[in-house]
Amino acid sequence: MSSINQSGWKPEMGNADDTALATYTGNKALMLEEALIFEIGTAGTTGVDLADAPQVAARLGNLERHRDIGLPGLSEPETVRHYTRLSRQNYAIDLGFFPLGSCTMKHNPRLNEKVARMAGFADVHPLQPVETVQGALGVIYELAHWLVTLTGMKAVAMSPKAGAHGELCGILAIRAALTARGDARSVILCPESAHGTNPATAAFAGYAVENIPATSEGRVDLAALKARLGPDVAGVMITNPNTCGLFERDMRDISDAVHAAGGYVYCDGANFNAIVGRVRPGDLGIDAMHINLHKTFSTPHGGGGPGSGPVVLSEALAPYAPLPFVVKDKDHYRLVEEETAGAHHGSSFGRMVAFHGQMGMFTRALAYIMSHGADGLRQVAEDAVLNANYILRSLEDVLESPFAHSGPCMHEALFSDNGLADGYSTLDIAKGLIDEGYHPMTVYFPLVVHGAMLVEPTETESKATLDQFIGALRSVAERAKAGDPSLKSAPHHAPRRRLDETQAARKPVLVWREPEQAVAAE
Amino acid sequence: MRYLPLTPSDRQAMLAVIGAKSIDDLFVDVPAQAQLDGPIQGLPNHASEMAVERHFSELARQNITASHHPFFLGGGAYKHHIPASVDHIIQRGEFLTAYTPYQPEIAQGTLQMLFEFQTQVARLFGCDVANASMYDGSTACWEAIGMAGRITKRTKALLSSGLHPHYVSVAKTMAQYTGDRLDTALPELSAQTDSLRLLDTIDDETSCVVVQYPDILGRIEDMSAIAAKAHAHGALLIAVVTEPVALGAIKAPGEMGADIVVGEGQSLGVGLQFGGPYVGLFACKEKFVRQMPGRLCGETVDAEGKRGFVLTLSTREQHIRREKATSNICTNSGLCALAFSVHLTLLGEKGLRGLASLNHALAVQAADRLTQISGVELVNDSFFNEFTLKLPKEARPVVRALADRKILGGVSLGRLYSGADALRNGLLVAVTETATSEDVETFATALQEILV
Amino acid sequence: MTRYFTEDHEWIDVDGDTATVGITHYAQSQLGDIVFAEVPAAGATLKKGGDAAVVESVKAASDVYAPVSGTVIEGNDALEGDPALVNSDPESEGWFFKLTLSDSSELDSLMDAAAYQAFVDGL
Repeated sequence: MSSINQSGWKPEMGNADDTALATYTGNKALMLEEALIFEIGTAGTTGVDLADAPQVAARLGNLERHRDIGLPGLSEPETVRHYTRLSRQNYAIDLGFFPLGSCTMKHNPRLNEKVARMAGFADVHPLQPVETVQGALGVIYELAHWLVTLTGMKAVAMSPKAGAHGELCGILAIRAALTARGDARSVILCPESAHGTNPATAAFAGYAVENIPATSEGRVDLAALKARLGPDVAGVMITNPNTCGLFERDMRDISDAVHAAGGYVYCDGANFNAIVGRVRPGDLGIDAMHINLHKTFSTPHGGGGPGSGPVVLSEALAPYAPLPFVVKDKDHYRLVEEETAGAHHGSSFGRMVAFHGQMGMFTRALAYIMSHGADGLRQVAEDAVLNANYILRSLEDVLESPFAHSGPCMHEALFSDNGLADGYSTLDIAKGLIDEGYHPMTVYFPLVVHGAMLVEPTETESKATLDQFIGALRSVAERAKAGDPSLKSAPHHAPRRRLDETQAARKPVLVWREPEQAVAAE
Repeated sequence: MRYLPLTPSDRQAMLAVIGAKSIDDLFVDVPAQAQLDGPIQGLPNHASEMAVERHFSELARQNITASHHPFFLGGGAYKHHIPASVDHIIQRGEFLTAYTPYQPEIAQGTLQMLFEFQTQVARLFGCDVANASMYDGSTACWEAIGMAGRITKRTKALLSSGLHPHYVSVAKTMAQYTGDRLDTALPELSAQTDSLRLLDTIDDETSCVVVQYPDILGRIEDMSAIAAKAHAHGALLIAVVTEPVALGAIKAPGEMGADIVVGEGQSLGVGLQFGGPYVGLFACKEKFVRQMPGRLCGETVDAEGKRGFVLTLSTREQHIRREKATSNICTNSGLCALAFSVHLTLLGEKGLRGLASLNHALAVQAADRLTQISGVELVNDSFFNEFTLKLPKEARPVVRALADRKILGGVSLGRLYSGADALRNGLLVAVTETATSEDVETFATALQEILV
Repeated sequence: MTRYFTEDHEWIDVDGDTATVGITHYAQSQLGDIVFAEVPAAGATLKKGGDAAVVESVKAASDVYAPVSGTVIEGNDALEGDPALVNSDPESEGWFFKLTLSDSSELDSLMDAAAYQAFVDGL
């Protein structure tokens, strides 16, 4: 034995006991805690090398800054590590299934990122002479053409920055059209199940908001709507497919009735993913609809924006579209801004944003649309609807589905908290799913269903992913029905346990402040 | 189709579970006359990654890019060098493909980043608190005017003539619908701002005074007197910053008494991107926080007592307050806020101060060089990295002639203020750390030739 | 002093032509942890059924309607610093505002404690 090296590494399994061991750092192997930049950075550290400034006499109007700003700096390696550590505390589509209803969390193709970063788009200034940005204007024009054709509408306003901003654009166009014909109307009708942005938008534009009742099957009550229409109703805002996951069967009749009463139809296009390529909203009599490029057309959500919300418009509303927009004369693109609008577009309700909208989202969305083409987009809608129905039918025996009797769902499946054990709620199911490695579905929306759970799988998930999720949700739902106490304290395995939102709201701490200087002891 | 994982046999198996014969059975609620028989006519079918990339390369080639040519545009969007690590970090899937952090236990990365961002913005602007960002500077400016109306319960907003004309346009559009009254004016090609007009006009009906700093012509002026007069009349001062790098060299608006400070954060981390997406910055005094629009991230603790972050004060927002919300805004500009925050973390106090000095010094040198050209006058007494030249002829054709020589030589005031004859000879020139002395020389030589 | 209740879960203590208004135990238990309360300023004129105050929990904002018409004498400023008073002592320290009644006949349509208890039991 003497010739054998005894000092080498011997594999040893150790004791597999589960007790949580507190560590010196608070880290748990790959789960790493990270302090704030204000705690680890210093004013004198920088991760950027700059040339020295030439000596000049300052011309800053005697307003030179003397006070410190209070910005900590980190070197490049520290910076990369700080944000990499933070990133690992986030759930994301790249990591797993993200069935957040009405948010359309589909795969974000990396080709889209690549084209958006081409210097010809990423490195051009919005106020360059139009002759120097013909290709960038071409992207906007081509995307506009796709959006108008896919929706069967007359025109599209590209500048709105997000879905809610697009809603505002549509409602302002309606108001401008009514003003142009000297018709002051004061009411916008919204279904009770509407997303909160709809009433908020209508109210911002100066309208009173009234609810449209729903039928027991979860759709707009056409008779009640017709009864309410009149000379004071400017229009309706309807989501179709609606927030209960159902197609509004009577949409054409709704539109006809609203038009007959002199109003306009706004469609919230948040759920366009269910019908893209199969149904054109223009064929349903819609006058305005925003398209969330970050939903249907897969521009990344980025942890909460930026979004992009172009609005397609009917012939009746097109003249009121906001500035600016792109037109094509033979092979040359022009940008219609304030100066040229007077002659050709005098009815525009004005400008909604500085510059021309979310160019970085236009390139991504166009790449996505071209990749799918007319045939692929139709398949997108069909697979999204198929996946949602598969989830609905696979779980309706364990979770109550309030509208399962209303026919197939569209691209999202809706469940309620009916039948859970006393004291157990939708929130507990959501937190239980976190431990199972999923981002929870949308919870407590729409408001019309008690303890709503809205599951939107999207078309970019495989059957195997759906099967595993169905098994996991079934397991968590059964625990909630049986009153498993461990579910009340879930999540157990996430970077944080449940957070105290009451404390956060009662005594808001919105910025970091230096801790009180410790009083020197003795 | 490369993004769609279901196979034909998966689809058949799933239809069987659902109890449907074909996919058409799932669309029975769509009236037959509204359904298309097949792919929409007149549009191409799916394309390979290579084909799509080729198409975009073709379009990209038709644009003259900022980094590869002498470039001097500003006017609300600025060219700065963005460190390579910024783009690397924002492309991490955990940031790029995450949603709004509504489930805080698995979104601490985004939430902590937002808390850091809010603190950076508040400190940069000299304010108590900041929100998690808005769409862009122009919409943030409009939201600030709306917020001032809610606080003062007044409707008259006084806008400085130095406010970016697009920001004015956006405010005018929105004011048509809200009943706000805007008092506006065109700027003059002069070193003097219209602060005297503002001081004279503030009265007991004024909700707010909106002042851009530095202003659209690049002028820098102390806002303290306006703040004092506004406060004496129960009105608020809103300061608008379109070039936040300037605040590395000049006083913060909060130091001069601004109640709300908004801005465009594009300069740091975001890039030009032909106008968007950008990131709106929004900060204010603590006492106004409940009237603030947009998302807010706050510190709290979890069930084990560990520090964590959540979205908070959300009862101000549309998803709870519906028609009574402070704004209909439903998103922020999260990924751009991340880029801003990373860039500012890389710079730190030292880096931002150094970057600001460098910008100012190069701009001073460029202004001296360009005003050596016969007939070219400098309008400004004060400026940071952008100034206004008065040319001996209309600036817009000059800019086009420069572009023909592949020089992007600033923004003509004719582009921004169409029809304003008194401004047509004005040229806005921005000079940042990205402009070399050769660029300035090329620009100056060409300008001289064109003006002859 | 007489205490009245409304179907909107408010209580009203009336002493001569002065009334103190708050929300009931039942209301605070339904709202959960109160994080913010906004009360009307002295001098404000309230109309029966109109918006008078706002009470917010983490996930909900509710308007408190004026149960009777009148002029506000005082809002409870203590709620600004300590909104949790509405949870811990809703029917006393957690009061919202006091007002001078402009029409005491409006009290006739309100419930007494027994009627309110029956109303809550029926929910």
